Amino acid sequence: MSVHEQFAEDLALYALGVLEGDERTALQKHFEGCTDCWRELEQLRGDMALLALSASGPAPPRRARQRLLDSIAGEPRMPVAVPPKRFSWWPALTWAAVAAMVLVAILLGRQNAELRQRIAALQSQITNQQSELEHASEVVATFTAPDAMHVTLVAAKTPPQPQGKAIYLRRRGSLIFLANNLAPLPSKKAYELWLIPKTGSPIPAGVFKPDAHGSATVVNPPLPQGVEAKAFAITVEPETGSPAPTSTPIMLGAGE
Amino acid sequence: MSGADPKAFSSDTAMMSAMRSGDQKAMAQLYDRYSSMVYAVALRVLGDAGAAEDVLQEVFMQLWRNPGTFDSSRGNLAAWLSVITRNRAIDSLRKRHPETDIEDVMVSVEPDLASEADRARALGKVRGALSSMPPAQRSALEMSFFEGLTHTEIASKTGEPLGTIKTRIRAGLLALRRSLNG
Repeated sequence: MSVHEQFAEDLALYALGVLEGDERTALQKHFEGCTDCWRELEQLRGDMALLALSASGPAPPRRARQRLLDSIAGEPRMPVAVPPKRFSWWPALTWAAVAAMVLVAILLGRQNAELRQRIAALQSQITNQQSELEHASEVVATFTAPDAMHVTLVAAKTPPQPQGKAIYLRRRGSLIFLANNLAPLPSKKAYELWLIPKTGSPIPAGVFKPDAHGSATVVNPPLPQGVEAKAFAITVEPETGSPAPTSTPIMLGAGE
Repeated sequence: MSGADPKAFSSDTAMMSAMRSGDQKAMAQLYDRYSSMVYAVALRVLGDAGAAEDVLQEVFMQLWRNPGTFDSSRGNLAAWLSVITRNRAIDSLRKRHPETDIEDVMVSVEPDLASEADRARALGKVRGALSSMPPAQRSALEMSFFEGLTHTEIASKTGEPLGTIKTRIRAGLLALRRSLNG
């Protein structure tokens, strides 16, 4: 039995009917919300009943029985209906607990259904994203594969000219650059791609060397996000790259 | 002693059910079963045979007039009657109006005290517990129960601290409980 310790002794006095004043008032107020103390009170009264048993003594006088029977004969009464049972915390608590459990079960059921729906939606989203990712990977792999054949079609009888194609997504700072027909580089030199912003200095966008066929790709070089590009350019730089262009651009292209 | 058929109602529940229907024989049998216990408690508290008889009459008449005041949800009948009787006797002793409505009194006790044999067994254990109790604790418990003294009055009478009296009273009641459950 869990009884609030601060009330334990007062409970015994209350059961005996000898608790008075503020202590009695405080305990009665506490009873309003404490079924444990109510139950302990009932048990303390049971203890009192045991103590009452110790009060053995003579039987009541014989006349007392007749007096009682005469009294009840003088007060005959009609059969009475059994009054409704006195309110008890325990049935109320039991029903409250059952109701609470049913409510919790319903809420958990709903929550469970919602979670299942969310999981299904997330799985579908993941599947779509995986599909998109695979497609994107295939595109990038094709662009960047060293054994991919890069063919630039130009007007007939026109000798191949160096060409570059930059695809730039400003909001992500994402860039793919493809080049063809680039001229071979001198020793210890490399091409460097530049993002030329609308304001400010050119930003390095990758150092690269073309393959034997003059093709090269640059994929997602480190760039700040959100820079508005005015143009892209390529210069020849030391193979370690330069923080700023040191030569005249050999290729230049503005955004469409 | 009894004019009623002693075998008419085997259980307290059947007896109370008949009494609720206005059966005077059931009331007589109830009296035969519990009047000695009720009278003994009243006499121990009041120390006066006439006053104890008045309490005896009052308790049974109250039950006759309002049989719905007791049902099995309040505990067993013997325990409930003994507590009601003690409370009425204390009210009479202290010349005060009843402080507790009997409809509010619920009593929980194990084992059932319905039969003479049950009560005799319990009495043996209770007496054993009382005799093994420290005298000061037994005295505080009995002054509170049989004389209706508050802990303040007992402390004043014995010169003991209030807290000590409170502790002794509660510990005494719990010792009685343990004597039956142990």
